[in-house]
Amino acid sequence: MKKSNTDLAIQMKNICKNFGPIKALQNVNLSIKRGSIHALLGENGAGKTTLMNILYGLYSADCGEIHINGKKVDIKNPSIAIENGIGMVHQHFKLVEKFTAAENIMLGKEVTNKFGILDINRFRDSISKIMNQYGIKVDLDAKIENLSVGTQQRVEILKALYRGADILILDEPTAVLTSQETEELVKTLRDLASTGKTVLIITHKLKEIKASSDFCTIIRKGVCIDTVDVKGSSEIELAEKMVGRNVNLVIEKNKANFGKITFSIYGLNVLKENSKSLKALKNVSLNIRQGEILGIAGVDGNGQKELVHAITGLCKVQSGTIKINGKEIQNKKIKDIIKSKVSVIQEDRLKNAVILDLSVAENSVLEKFSDPPFSQKGILKEKEINKFTDKIIQEYNVFPAGCGKSVIRNLSSGNQQKIVIAREIANNPDLLIAVQPTRGLDIGAIEYVHKILIEQRDKGKAILLISQEFDEIMNLSDTISVLYNGEIVGTFSKENADENEIGLLMAGGSNSEKIH
Amino acid sequence: MKKFIKFLKRPITSTILAILCGFIVSGVILALVGYNPVSAFVSLLNGIFSRPKYIFKVIERSTPIILTGISVAFSFKAGLFNIGAEGQYILGSIAATIVGISFNLHPIFQVPLVVFSGVLAGAIWGVITGFLKAKFGIHEVILGIMLNWIAFHICNFIVNHNLYHKPNSSRTYSINSSGFTMILNTWKRSKDGIEALRKNKLLSDILLKTDLNIGFIVAVLVAMVVWFILKKTTLGFAVRAVGLNPSAAKIAGIGIKRNITSTLAISGAISGLAAALAITGTSPHALYQLVMFENIGFNGLSVALIANSSPIGCIFSGLFFSGLIYGGNSIQSDLNIPSEVISITIGSVLFFVALTKCLPMLIGKFSKRGENHVE
Repeated sequence: MKKSNTDLAIQMKNICKNFGPIKALQNVNLSIKRGSIHALLGENGAGKTTLMNILYGLYSADCGEIHINGKKVDIKNPSIAIENGIGMVHQHFKLVEKFTAAENIMLGKEVTNKFGILDINRFRDSISKIMNQYGIKVDLDAKIENLSVGTQQRVEILKALYRGADILILDEPTAVLTSQETEELVKTLRDLASTGKTVLIITHKLKEIKASSDFCTIIRKGVCIDTVDVKGSSEIELAEKMVGRNVNLVIEKNKANFGKITFSIYGLNVLKENSKSLKALKNVSLNIRQGEILGIAGVDGNGQKELVHAITGLCKVQSGTIKINGKEIQNKKIKDIIKSKVSVIQEDRLKNAVILDLSVAENSVLEKFSDPPFSQKGILKEKEINKFTDKIIQEYNVFPAGCGKSVIRNLSSGNQQKIVIAREIANNPDLLIAVQPTRGLDIGAIEYVHKILIEQRDKGKAILLISQEFDEIMNLSDTISVLYNGEIVGTFSKENADENEIGLLMAGGSNSEKIH
Repeated sequence: MKKFIKFLKRPITSTILAILCGFIVSGVILALVGYNPVSAFVSLLNGIFSRPKYIFKVIERSTPIILTGISVAFSFKAGLFNIGAEGQYILGSIAATIVGISFNLHPIFQVPLVVFSGVLAGAIWGVITGFLKAKFGIHEVILGIMLNWIAFHICNFIVNHNLYHKPNSSRTYSINSSGFTMILNTWKRSKDGIEALRKNKLLSDILLKTDLNIGFIVAVLVAMVVWFILKKTTLGFAVRAVGLNPSAAKIAGIGIKRNITSTLAISGAISGLAAALAITGTSPHALYQLVMFENIGFNGLSVALIANSSPIGCIFSGLFFSGLIYGGNSIQSDLNIPSEVISITIGSVLFFVALTKCLPMLIGKFSKRGENHVE
């Protein structure tokens, strides 16, 4: 890009960063045109997040310079970044769950009257102006814990804009959005760019780069590979630059071979959390056969969470039955449900699936440590635990290989997920529930997770796949059910599935009768 | 440089640094009010180490706070703050005293019976907290404080009860001597013993001038057992998992409610054990009328904090704490310095220990920001 300096919002020159012996970034150069949407593409661990954390002042670079709007800036901490008009939306949102959207946006830059008392009305005026200007709408009075992930993300974007961000960095922004939500986000980002804001997206989703970005910089193993004009390059080209080898974007699978129904839900009603009358699930019924992947398509917040919670015993079932192998498991103890051969790959890995400060080995047996052979009469059998851990580390190619005793915090997200998946599959479940199993993983790891799910299906397991990734649902599932507002509004077999119709149902359109 | 940072990041280093800082601050305070800090600290050290009697006194007095420290540390591991250790301790001493007075069996039965009654009473007090927390979600700190006061008043009720009150005193009768746990207690009072001890100054200093008892050995054993429970048993695994991430632990099928209850039961049992050993091992082997809390449980909180919740660490921090308190008395007698200065030292050490929880983080930040966040 031969542009005069003033056209560039950001210039990062020769950035290096080492973590101990690991060279996370080596002489990376990045130039970003003002008013453009620029994607940063790379696998997990490639260094893209590190680069952005340097730009945002969370890390300090070992060498190199950063220029913002042509001026050299030493970004020592995020406050300096914010002063220079940089805003960041992290992959894991930094919101206070118990606060309302308004309070979260205001946090750290509160509007007060002359007595130092919060002035909500004045704040409302200024934030409404921003919401209208960019068409980003959220319910300001709703508590964060009650908002869908997509809305939470909008709160994060508003938070950055409220702080006067001209340059917006989004880390894996679409990781948890539905295709509709993603489209909306892309539109929002386009609007932002057209008003002169600069948007930087960290991602490994090629489709979205194609849909949203003007330019794309590819980073591999800490080295800047190339910066390309997105219009002139294909998805495959981008993917190959990213992984450095040929990739296969299509999921390979054999024809399904269904057995008998192993898992069934009939007339399930579940109340919303903390509510005495509002239903999160209304008369939900579904069946999964052996060797079938049932995909639940739906916008986040339409009852997916409650469905998983009801099956796994985390929330109370008001009425209806949940049966596995003919045995009813609704309202049973969590431990008993696990023993009935239901295993879950949880959505929120950090919160619900791993315990970061326990070792990899301890995490691998989290559900089974009290059963033989991992313990006997209440005493842990370390030898057996380590043997099991070494086995899954080897089987699932967890990196680094000798990590059994180190805390799982030290592993990358992809490798943490491998441990989680290995652990659940080692339970030899009859029903495997996978909730957003590829959230935040890179292409290599996604391929791997998909392969494993298909493998399990081919072994005759019933699999319930819940995902916000429309493509994932469409590609993996044998049967697709659409969940909208707590109801199953349509069920399609793979052959009859029509993307547009499903998309419409997900968004609450009601055009058709149920087809099977 | 790297090695140095690694060294600084070790918890034990920061604890020792904190202790040093605490001494420096109290030294400055001493100097400000016109005393010589060096001679004060010399006298403190003399008060701990100059005579075997002192050393053994320190050990004797460390026993209950080591145990309440372990009790609190254990609950910390499950993410619970057992401020009720004080009440569990009081209830343990009530039960041990009542049983010790009411029964008079052969020592082989009497000692275990008295000790067990204290353990059981402490455990029950812990279970009440645990159950209410698990069932109704009431915060364990509030429950602990309330139960501390209830125990406090039960204690005074028992002390003044006709059955147990020793006339013309502010305490109960002593427990029957069959329940005593001092080492060589009968021998040192027998003719042979007196004769033998007269010749051996060192032994007589230790045996006759202190209540040397089995408590400290038991405390060390308990520390090891608790370490074993935490590291090697399914119960300890569950406790740690719940303490580190209750949500993931619950989803993995670990019963959170049961876990809370059993953690506090064990924690309470250890506090009760501390009390029972104090009643059986140190004179006057009786309950006193309480005017204020004895702080054995509360000091346990400090001991656990200094020990960074490690049961083995509690042995050392308990000894340290007890040394400060006991040695502090000699500062007062030698130099006429108010012993409150010792409280100031303890306070500042604790302050710096709490502060050092941030130290590894700060060092990480200054040396190489983000070292822990390789993704």
